[in-house]
Amino acid sequence: MTLLLSLFLSFVQVGLFSIGGGYAAIPLIQNQAVYVHGWLTLSEFTDLVTIAEMTPGPIALNAATFVGVKMAGYWGAVAATLGCILPSLIIVSLLFFIYSKYRRLTTLQSVLSALRAAVVGLIGSAALSMVILVVTDKVDGSVNIVGIITFLSAFILIRYFKRNPIAIMVLCGGFNLALYLVCGISI
Amino acid sequence: MKDRKGILIKLFFSMLEISAFTFGGGFVIISLMKKRFVDVYHYLDEDEMLDMTALAQASPGPIAVNSAILVGYRVQGLPGMIVSVLGTIIPPTVIISIISIFYRLFATNLYVTLILRGMQAGVAAIIADVVFSLGSKVVKEENFVHDAMILLSFIAVYFLHLNVAIVILLAGLVGFLESRFKRSTE
Repeated sequence: MTLLLSLFLSFVQVGLFSIGGGYAAIPLIQNQAVYVHGWLTLSEFTDLVTIAEMTPGPIALNAATFVGVKMAGYWGAVAATLGCILPSLIIVSLLFFIYSKYRRLTTLQSVLSALRAAVVGLIGSAALSMVILVVTDKVDGSVNIVGIITFLSAFILIRYFKRNPIAIMVLCGGFNLALYLVCGISI
Repeated sequence: MKDRKGILIKLFFSMLEISAFTFGGGFVIISLMKKRFVDVYHYLDEDEMLDMTALAQASPGPIAVNSAILVGYRVQGLPGMIVSVLGTIIPPTVIISIISIFYRLFATNLYVTLILRGMQAGVAAIIADVVFSLGSKVVKEENFVHDAMILLSFIAVYFLHLNVAIVILLAGLVGFLESRFKRSTE
């Protein structure tokens, strides 16, 4: 029971102090799981980051499940996951009520429309990093022709033919595997 | 009443599906949510989605969870928030529980890495598409400050690696000053 509680409280801290998404959470998780509690070795922590990058979902939630299952089975995973989302539930709910109540005010309107523009820049930055990752070679950083073609085809199918984005994403994965098996090349 | 239940079911399964395919961080889930809830279901408009993105980014905690909370409330109040968050946290929990058992095998498998690498191209295309839709909407406003804001926030994060929460706070401050300025010139 004390273990479940300390899993819960550790991940409350991870949830509360990771502002700005994914990579902000990594040092916090490392601090709690490796240094404060010794739940993971540094090598296990590295494995965790690798898995988190290869699987869907926020890294903090992935870490919560990984550490929770290892230390206390499925209830451990539940305790750590709940801890991780508790600060969000409280803070974001509060923000939502403020937003719904006051968003018609001129001042807040002006703040929000400035934020919308800034958010476009933020998403643009994330998009460019990903595009560069895909169109360059993983090892030597040279131009990856297969990557460019796959990216452009997917982009055209989504933007101009309005195809289901998740279906396109899965198709890209299958295409890369098939291309490797048939022609021996890949992204 | 039946419609309300239908919306909750749609919300839950949409989030379950989106969360199961969110490779690569918070902006990917936001892009997928925008395409589903704004473009397909019309539960909210583009401006609201951008507002929620800013709020989700500026708040502590995983961006995926924060956006799920906001969109859930907006679409169907407290029950909407609950199903939306459950839909978001179930896939990673289940997937990691399974993978943690045999993770070395998974992480070194050639076929797995090939599929994931291919999917990265699809993810890049989704997020690029969302940037074009949202960007053209802001540019159409013909507000010079906002056009500059797109560029500046891009530079701040991409080149200067500033924390996004700080960028959002600064952008909010600019919007606030802009409204004061307009009021004093009127």
